[in-house]
Amino acid sequence: MNASRLQHIIPAGAIFALAMTVTWLSFTQEPAEAFVFPRIISIAFIILASWNLARAGLGMARVGGGLSSAEARHIFPGLIVMLIYVFFAAKALGFYFASAIAFFAVYSIYDPVPFSSVKDWVKRIVITAAFMAVIYGLFALVLQVQTPRGLLI
Amino acid sequence: MEFLGYFGGVFEPVALLLLLGGTVGGLVLGATPGLSPTMAVALLIPFTFHLTPTQGLILLGAAYTSTVAGGAVSAILLKIPGAPANIATALDGNAMARNGEGARALQLSFLASGVGGVIGVLLLIFLTPVLAVWALKFGPSHLFWIAILGVTVIGSLDSKSFVKGLLSGCIGLWLSQIGYDEIQGTERFIFTDALTGGIHIIPALIGLFAIPQVMEMFAKGRVSAAIESIAVPKYSIFDSVREVARSIRSLSIGTTVGAIVGLIPGVGGQIAGLVAYDQSRKFSETPDKFGKGHAEGIISAESANNAMVGPSLVPLLTLSIPGSPTAAVLLGGLLIHGIFPGSNIFDKHPEVIWTFINSMLLGQILMVIFGLYTAAWAARIAKAPVPIMAAGVLVLAMFGSYSVQQSMGDVHIMLALGIGMYVLEKFGFSAAPLVLGLILGPIAGDYFTNGAMIAAAQNGLFEYFFTGGLNLILIFLVISSIGYSFWTNMIKGTSVDVEARTEVAE
Repeated sequence: MNASRLQHIIPAGAIFALAMTVTWLSFTQEPAEAFVFPRIISIAFIILASWNLARAGLGMARVGGGLSSAEARHIFPGLIVMLIYVFFAAKALGFYFASAIAFFAVYSIYDPVPFSSVKDWVKRIVITAAFMAVIYGLFALVLQVQTPRGLLI
Repeated sequence: MEFLGYFGGVFEPVALLLLLGGTVGGLVLGATPGLSPTMAVALLIPFTFHLTPTQGLILLGAAYTSTVAGGAVSAILLKIPGAPANIATALDGNAMARNGEGARALQLSFLASGVGGVIGVLLLIFLTPVLAVWALKFGPSHLFWIAILGVTVIGSLDSKSFVKGLLSGCIGLWLSQIGYDEIQGTERFIFTDALTGGIHIIPALIGLFAIPQVMEMFAKGRVSAAIESIAVPKYSIFDSVREVARSIRSLSIGTTVGAIVGLIPGVGGQIAGLVAYDQSRKFSETPDKFGKGHAEGIISAESANNAMVGPSLVPLLTLSIPGSPTAAVLLGGLLIHGIFPGSNIFDKHPEVIWTFINSMLLGQILMVIFGLYTAAWAARIAKAPVPIMAAGVLVLAMFGSYSVQQSMGDVHIMLALGIGMYVLEKFGFSAAPLVLGLILGPIAGDYFTNGAMIAAAQNGLFEYFFTGGLNLILIFLVISSIGYSFWTNMIKGTSVDVEARTEVAE
């Protein structure tokens, strides 16, 4: 499977924009001595990004299947869980509690077993609890990592 | 023979326990599709913080060795390579398993891995001190070019598109420049507070290798992946030992290709296995049997995969240039324990490095023993439900990134890099050159700054970096690595063929 020309142009354009920004910053920031090596990198960066964008624009980008709409649909709920977990829940609810919820949510969302079965909900809860017990043992008791505490642990 | 004096450290109770745990755990992780050796080692690094450098390296080294070999289990029994390095093994291994010879295929695979692995580690033992002495002659300009060579080689050879490979390397080099420049006393590219200390290598490695795999699992959706299991009838181990002992040609091709590929900075096991498989078929008296369950195919591919492991550490330990993406992660592990690879590593840390290398030698033997006895069990774990693996890796990635500096900023960087890498991978970019750029960027930057200071006191920047025999050889190698890939990529379209072949194998 190969992605459409437009699909290749979007990431190639984004990388070109990043290369432009890096080049502009490298050549405008002071002191100049601190940016000599970044300038060398940025020159290579912008040449390659331009080449990549030109190849994408001309339909010559043959490598990479892109992201299908079905894949994007499947990823979406998991991505939302990840973002809420990392950027909000871990601090607000506490690291371990948020992790347990994230584990349970991801497991439940992607588990092919129908949601109607009570037995399978119990199984999910037991597996989540067992996994979190192992994580707690490893990180809190063995490695003694101090994690943020929110409303809970 | 200095290494013989450091064998005692491997047999200390904690070290031996870590070696055993790393070997068995690595075999299981390697057999699990979707969990690559690189990701497994990256996720293990935070667990080494509370260990001594020697113990931490023993754990990482054992995991590195056995994940590569463990990937053959799912390749043979499920036709799903546990790692890219095992693609070639799946071709004949699964055909043999379908013919009712699954046990024979597994035994051949582990025995060949063991032979290749031991030869690889012996090369590591004997080549590293030689190269370390040679490396003493290198000045800042040479080391700068060697670091750049590491990025161009992996960018050119490890990617499906050499433009995208080199571009990934550039992105990695740029990311490595973010943070506070201690020499000039100024900030560079700091857009948010989380970036003040720069991008820490461990959260970056976890994000770049673990999160894309989690998202790849998400992308499959709620699919019940009914994996066909193949029965494994018993087979005499002695017959397998005799068969491997007779396969001198396949073993020679596999170990030679693996060792050479390992020594080339950044190339990695996938290429070693496929090249050895191709060469073994070319030199075989029965090339028609390849792909239909031929022992030579398994022996050459698996001996190459593991023969690559030891030599991939030679440029890592002496020049700070990893020989494979997993070795790049291992470099991160060395750095966090305050061990800076280089020509004087055997003078500064002889006990740590020799004990680590010796543990890899013993690890190869343990890998064969445990591999033979746990293969069927590992295959069962390989069928663990995808949602549990995705959720587990996500939580482990979160805890692993946080525990490095106990910083939420690291966790945010990990996730941002991971999501970005997933999207880039979908469009043919590769994580390995980006990681190498990220690791080698500060090294190249420091040597560039040191070289620039020397150049200012001598004849100028151009003369210092672009003249002299060794500089010119290294520049020639940098240009050759790019030129070779340009030739195969643009003129012959080889990389597309490789991609197509990989997809067929998968």
